[in-house]
Amino acid sequence: MTAPVLRLTRVGGARRIVLGSPAGRFSLRMPLRSALVGTGLLVLALAVSLVSLTSGDFPIPVTDVLRSLIGQGNPGTDFIVHELRLPRVLVTLLVGAAFGASGTIFQGLTRNPLGSPDFVGLTVGAATGALIVILVLGGGGFAVAAGAVIGCLVTAVAIYLLAFRHGVQPFRLVLIGIGVSALLEAMNSYLIYRARLDEAVSAQVWLIGSTNGRGWTEVALVGVAVAVLLPIVLHHGRHLDMLALGDETATLHGVPVERSRAVLALCGVALAAAATGAAGPIAFVALAAGPLAGRLTRSPHAGILPGALMGAALLAVSDWLAQHAWPGGDIPVGNVTAALGGVYLTWLLVHERRRLG
Amino acid sequence: MTTGTGLRPAPVGAQPDQAPPSRTARRWTGLAVGLVLLAVAVALSIAVGSRTIGLSTVWQVLWHDTGTPESVIVHQLRLPRTVLGIGVGAALGLAGTLMQALTRNPLAEPGLLGVNLGASTAVVLAIAFLGVTSPTGYVWFAFVGAALTSVVVFALGGSGRAPTPERQVLAGVAFTSVLGAIVWAVLVSRREVFDRYRHWDVGSLADRETSTIVALAPFLAAGMVLALVLGRQLNALALGDESATSMGARPGRIRALGMVAITLLCGAATAASGPIWFLGLAVPYAARMFVGSDHRWILAYALVLGPALLLASDVAGRVLVAPAELPVGVVTAFVGAPLFIALCRRRRLSVL
Repeated sequence: MTAPVLRLTRVGGARRIVLGSPAGRFSLRMPLRSALVGTGLLVLALAVSLVSLTSGDFPIPVTDVLRSLIGQGNPGTDFIVHELRLPRVLVTLLVGAAFGASGTIFQGLTRNPLGSPDFVGLTVGAATGALIVILVLGGGGFAVAAGAVIGCLVTAVAIYLLAFRHGVQPFRLVLIGIGVSALLEAMNSYLIYRARLDEAVSAQVWLIGSTNGRGWTEVALVGVAVAVLLPIVLHHGRHLDMLALGDETATLHGVPVERSRAVLALCGVALAAAATGAAGPIAFVALAAGPLAGRLTRSPHAGILPGALMGAALLAVSDWLAQHAWPGGDIPVGNVTAALGGVYLTWLLVHERRRLG
Repeated sequence: MTTGTGLRPAPVGAQPDQAPPSRTARRWTGLAVGLVLLAVAVALSIAVGSRTIGLSTVWQVLWHDTGTPESVIVHQLRLPRTVLGIGVGAALGLAGTLMQALTRNPLAEPGLLGVNLGASTAVVLAIAFLGVTSPTGYVWFAFVGAALTSVVVFALGGSGRAPTPERQVLAGVAFTSVLGAIVWAVLVSRREVFDRYRHWDVGSLADRETSTIVALAPFLAAGMVLALVLGRQLNALALGDESATSMGARPGRIRALGMVAITLLCGAATAASGPIWFLGLAVPYAARMFVGSDHRWILAYALVLGPALLLASDVAGRVLVAPAELPVGVVTAFVGAPLFIALCRRRRLSVL
């Protein structure tokens, strides 16, 4: 195993950074600005996470937290850090990254800033799966996560099959997703309507999405998904810009159109499924991460890695706000992201108006 | 209805009402069939339920309140529910027709574009933070919510340069999910309001107070009259803004009046029954299949088919899972979503 090589190149006036194996067999190249933004977001996400680890009912100094993390803390702080706070922080980071990557993928594939998994019905399908487990089968914990993953995958397959007609047009996919999710929304409100009040409230908390009380099981679920799928997605994601130019152009440039799209869509679905399974359908991270990263990197298509890092940073900040911004204590992080989502959509509205006017 | 001079000067031949006599006859026949269907739906809605009452008995107790259990059921439960169904069905059918005509978007629908949920959000905020308790109080907030949402969704969906049907639907869904998140965030910490809301959110005609229906009736009636009056102008608008202007119509005013009508109809209907999806999509679609593109006819059909479809769905909801009940909003979603999907699968999503 040889160490990766970092090089700075210049392509047509744009500075790029290339991270690759010495022989150049594998490499990850991105514009310098994207790399800087990505690094900044990563640092921000980790810094906020560190703050989250220190703060809570028992504040722990940063040095003690760091000592615990490298395995040299005392038993008291070890318990709080490893068992109580670290799983939540990791779930937050990983779920944010998974949602961010999934959103960026779908927005790229559908060529639409609103084409995120929230709106094409994936998270609604996951919610239906989870609600069936909570309210009909009476399960909890890992069963709920499994139900969500299964619900998400089944919905994705259904949407794909319904949208398939001489190939799949991106926009028809989005619209069919909206139709299917309307159906599932009705089902969800019916499930909540006929449940007992206690169960309905707990199901509703799950539906808002929260990282509170998540343990190492959820970390493993979403961690494995991110570790396995993110590299695959990054590998195929380099075609995303080319796919956006249209199938014919992409084919002419040697992009394996159908295969790239299928792999990307499949991985996007799986990432959304795992994230929803771990933390519930947290709104708007998937929607906002890609376009925000795109603004910062000043490129129309942010690329999946900046999108994922933006998702992690967004959710980390939101989760800190959810824990500490209100005097009443812990609120579900989904509430915070929904509020931020409202701000984001308003901004989108003003921005579009100004561009049109 | 077949003649009229709403637009001056009206070039002969450009009027959509110069239809051949056979077509007019067919339209009238269709309307008559629709009325018969509505009558059947009304009869079923009064007769069928967890305790089914024979039609002859229904007829008898309808006119003579005898005080028997059957009579009490008919007068206290079924009759208000049916009247509400007629009002809400007509309102949503007309609102859907108006929306599709104003936006020239065959996919426009009060539920999909978020107007119904906008109304609900305002009502929830009013209940939770302003302590509003009476339905007559709700309705004003429902109007504000419905109006604000329609403005935002049309703006977000790009009503300016290149409005496409798909963009508008997507904007509606996006905005709806913000609203939904706000609603649930508010509710989850207030159990009693949550309990009431979840029974309302599902979209149901059951257990609504007669006083609510009476209070909402004027708003529904005003919205319906306004919608029906606009029919001729909508025909002009369908030719495009420039042609409409040259024919003496004023597109800006038509849109503004149409929005007022939509707000009245959706606000009142949602305050009464909770958000009901897809009725506003299916009704104008079915009406267009029968009568073509003349909006006066489409509106007349919507006025008849909307209630018929809603009542039929409500009866189906009572029968399908008896002795329990499926709320009508769930039934309409299960009927309407496949229709929406089928529409989207057609090769070209033509602009109206």
